[in-house]
Amino acid sequence: MSSSALAQPVLQDPDLALAASSADAQLSGQKTAISIRNLHKNFGDVEVLKGIDIDVAEGQVVSILGSSGSGKSTLLRCVNFLESPTMGEITIAGETVRTRPGKNGDLEAADIGQLNRLRSNVGMVFQSFNLWSHKTVLENVMEAPVYVQKRPVAECHDEACAYLEKVGIYDKRFSYPSRLSGGQQQRAAIARSLAMHPKVMLFDEPTSALDPELVGEVLRVMRALADEGRTMLVVTHEMGFAREVSNRVIFLEQGWIEEDGAPETVFGASRSARFRQFIAAQPH
Amino acid sequence: MRLLPGIPMTLQLAFIASAFGVFFALAAALMQLSGNVVLRSIADFYVFCIRGTPLLIQIFLIYYGMGQFDFIRHSFMWPILREPYWCAIFALMFNTGAYGSQIVRGGLLSVPRGQVEAARSCGMSQVLIYRRIILPLAIRQALPAYGNEVILLLKATSLASIITLMEITGLAAKMISETYRVVEVFLVAGSLYLLINFILSRGVAVLEKRLMRHTAAERPSSRVAARGAA
Repeated sequence: MSSSALAQPVLQDPDLALAASSADAQLSGQKTAISIRNLHKNFGDVEVLKGIDIDVAEGQVVSILGSSGSGKSTLLRCVNFLESPTMGEITIAGETVRTRPGKNGDLEAADIGQLNRLRSNVGMVFQSFNLWSHKTVLENVMEAPVYVQKRPVAECHDEACAYLEKVGIYDKRFSYPSRLSGGQQQRAAIARSLAMHPKVMLFDEPTSALDPELVGEVLRVMRALADEGRTMLVVTHEMGFAREVSNRVIFLEQGWIEEDGAPETVFGASRSARFRQFIAAQPH
Repeated sequence: MRLLPGIPMTLQLAFIASAFGVFFALAAALMQLSGNVVLRSIADFYVFCIRGTPLLIQIFLIYYGMGQFDFIRHSFMWPILREPYWCAIFALMFNTGAYGSQIVRGGLLSVPRGQVEAARSCGMSQVLIYRRIILPLAIRQALPAYGNEVILLLKATSLASIITLMEITGLAAKMISETYRVVEVFLVAGSLYLLINFILSRGVAVLEKRLMRHTAAERPSSRVAARGAA
């Protein structure tokens, strides 16, 4: 398994780290956008992640699959420390998040300023959209650029409008989230994270809370982002997206990486019986 | 009408006490929700004492009690603390702070976790998250109940008459002692409270409607965008 090659002490050189992964070999020479090292996460006595190593090259679109409870959402949430890892190391765009042991046995960020700066480079799109309900769509998109990145308001405004245009809800910019359909809310949330100019975008089951007929509009936006060459980590149940849009598929099973490779390889002839079983159980 | 001069005093007591009381309420609520055991215990004890005793007793204790302590008599605060006016305001303020803290706490707890996570994932600092996301949402949630609390406070100012303050009830009592027309005078005094509270509750309703636009029917307006950009 390709990932086992990475279960080693920290590889400082990103190129070296890439070369160690067969899935990444085709992309070697590019910079590493995110590097996850020996990531463990326990919830009480339950070990949800049991040592995950992933390097994501810039421009890579990674689909993370797995049955429910396999730890895939937890993995994603550990990347920007919405969930505190129990052990491990996260490196975002070459900068490792400094950690120290926290009170409850998990790690916590040692330098909250650094964490917030790194977080502002990582966009996150949630299953339940999580738009700020007391702000209009436009205000939602402008909030972080204006108040976190402290960029000029006029510039943020124009950019926000451009992003809303891009995801197709420019005409809804003065509406409050409660007036929007799920698909529109999720597209607004995508525009909100784009407005930060993120180096990496994390998608936590972005279409799972949507009515089936609304899934397509969100996936189209995500496909467009992938085509732009954005780096994306997508936890998803959409096999079509994993197969056609992403250029790398990771299958998590009980806290381990069970399968990791290009979609055509993985979906074509996976060595993992568990993965073949998982695929067979998916509705087509 | 000789009761009218009491209105400014009633309004002053109510508004100064609620203006400062809000900070007590917010502080106590944040302390109660904080992970710190000491802070939480202090806030719990404060709320327990204030809620568990009559406001009248608190007013008496502050008015008569503080002069018993030499260090208070000799402190720079004494010129203020010996005034019944400020004693009444302190008592009302502590009182509304304790009740208000439970309303604010409810408001803070009602803020959806996901919206806070979204703010954290954007790299907002804790202070910024409170200022831009948590407090605005909590205030919207707490507003109806807090409006109620201000109305209760306004009526509670009548107790200040007992420590010689000439607000509406104080003036009424004085008039009755001169005229013995109990029913007429108290009917007028009651009507004045009714009128003030009517205006107050309309004000709260207007504010609520304004702040709750995000749950109301769609109404696109460029003004909203301008405010967001400001």
